[in-house]
Amino acid sequence: MAPAYDSTDAPVPRPVSGEVVIRMEGVQKWYDSFHVLKDIELEVRKGERIVICGPSGSGKSTLIRCINQLEKHQKGTITVNGITLDSHHRHLDQVRREVGMVFQQFNLFPHLTVIQNCMLAPMKVRGTTKAEAQAIAMKYLERVRIPEQADKYPGQLSGGQQQRVAIARSLCMNPKVMLFDEPTSALDPEMVKEVLDTMIGLAEDGMTMLCVTHEMGFAKSVADRVIFMDRGEIVEQAIPAEFFSNPKSERTRNFLGQILSH
Amino acid sequence: MIRAFSYNEFLFLLSAVQWTLALSAIAFVGGATVGLFIALARTSDVKAVRLAATGYIQLFQGTPLLMQLFLVFFGATVMGFDLNPWAAAALGLTLNASAFLGEIWRGCIQSVPRGQWEAASALGLRYPGLMRYVILPQAVKVAVPPTVGFLVQLIKSTSLAAIIGFTELTRAGQIVNNATFQPFLVFGIVAALYFAMCWPLSLLSARLERRYAVATR
Repeated sequence: MAPAYDSTDAPVPRPVSGEVVIRMEGVQKWYDSFHVLKDIELEVRKGERIVICGPSGSGKSTLIRCINQLEKHQKGTITVNGITLDSHHRHLDQVRREVGMVFQQFNLFPHLTVIQNCMLAPMKVRGTTKAEAQAIAMKYLERVRIPEQADKYPGQLSGGQQQRVAIARSLCMNPKVMLFDEPTSALDPEMVKEVLDTMIGLAEDGMTMLCVTHEMGFAKSVADRVIFMDRGEIVEQAIPAEFFSNPKSERTRNFLGQILSH
Repeated sequence: MIRAFSYNEFLFLLSAVQWTLALSAIAFVGGATVGLFIALARTSDVKAVRLAATGYIQLFQGTPLLMQLFLVFFGATVMGFDLNPWAAAALGLTLNASAFLGEIWRGCIQSVPRGQWEAASALGLRYPGLMRYVILPQAVKVAVPPTVGFLVQLIKSTSLAAIIGFTELTRAGQIVNNATFQPFLVFGIVAALYFAMCWPLSLLSARLERRYAVATR
C-alpha cells in the first residue's frame, strides 16, 4: 500500500453528505473544578474522517472518550446512531456495540491469544458461535496483515503488531464508528507507518473515524476535517488544506508553529 | 495418673492433624467463596456496597480472631441455638478468612491496569463478562502466591479453635500433655506437625511467585 500519509499534495475535499452518526450538543465536563470540555458542538457524518489535534490537556481525548462514555459528560447531549446517551444502561450498551476504540497503550488482553482477543466480544456481547467468531477474527487479522500471529500472546508481538491486533479486535464487532486515541504515540518510530497504513486502509473503505493524533501527515492526506482543541474548547475546524495553510485563530497558528517547526 | 509419652500418644497427635486440615479446608473454601464477593463489593462502583464491604473487613481485621470465635460460639447460645465447637470454629474462621481474602483479592483486582477495564467496556462487555473474562483471570495470577501464603496463616489460626473446645492438633496436644506432663516434648511434636503442614505450602507460594514473575515479564 502506498504511504499516502506522507504525500504533501493536499487532497481534494470530499463531499460528505451522509446521515449524522454522532451529534454532540452543548457538552460540558468538569474534573472537580477543572473545566475540561466547554460547550462542545460537533456533528460527524457517516464516512467522515476527522482528526482532532491540540496541546496536551486540551480535552481532545476526553472528547472522544465521552462518545463511548468511558468518561461521563455532565451537561449537554451526545447522540450516537440516533441513541441518546443518558442514564439508561441499555442505551450505553447499544452505543458501545457500534463504536470501536483503539487506545494509545493498545490494551490487549495479555492472558488471551491474539485470536482469542478478537473473538471475545463477538462471542460474549453479540452471541456469535465460536466458529463464526473465529472466522470473523481471521478475516480482520488478515485485513491488518498479521493472520500468522493468531495463536501468539500479545506480549510476544511488537508494539506496531499489537496495535494492529487492537484495530482488528475492534473491527470484529463490525462498528459503525472507530475512535482512535493517539494510536501511534506509544510506538517506536519505525512502527508508526504500519499502523497508519492500516488506518488509511480503513478510511479508504469508508469507515467513520475520529482520530486524536499528532500525525499531521495523516491529517493532511486522510482527514475530511481537522479539529483544533485548546483548553477544553473547539477553537477551529476546517478541511486540512485550509487548516494547515490558512489557520484562522492565533492559538491554532501557535500550535501549528510548534509542531511543524522541526 | 501420669502416663509415659509413647507411640500411642504420638498416633493420637498424628490423627488430630486430620481435624486441623479439615477445619482449615472448610474455612478456606468458605472464606474464599465469601471473600470473592467481599473483594467484588470492595471494588464496586456503588458507594454503599463499597462502604459495607470496607466495614466488614475492618471489623474482622481489627478484632482478635479468638474474640471472633468466642462471639460466634457464645453468641449462638445467647441467640438461642446451640452451635457445637466444630461448627462455631468453622463459621468463625470462615468469616475471618473471608475478610482477609477479600482484602488481598481487592488489591489483586485493582492491580489489573485501568486500560483493561476500559478496553473491555469499549468492546461492549458488561460488568459480569468484563470481570469473568478479562479482569479476574488476570487478577488470579497475581492472587495465587499471597493466597497460598494466607492459607499458611489460616492453618496456624485453627489452633485457636482448641480454646472453644474443638479437638484439633493443639487441643490434642493439651490432652496428651495433661496425661504425660512432658510439655516440651508434646508441644515440640505439635509444632513440628504444624511445620510439616505449613512448610510445603510456603515453598509452593515462593515457587508460584517466581513462576508468575517469569510469566509476566
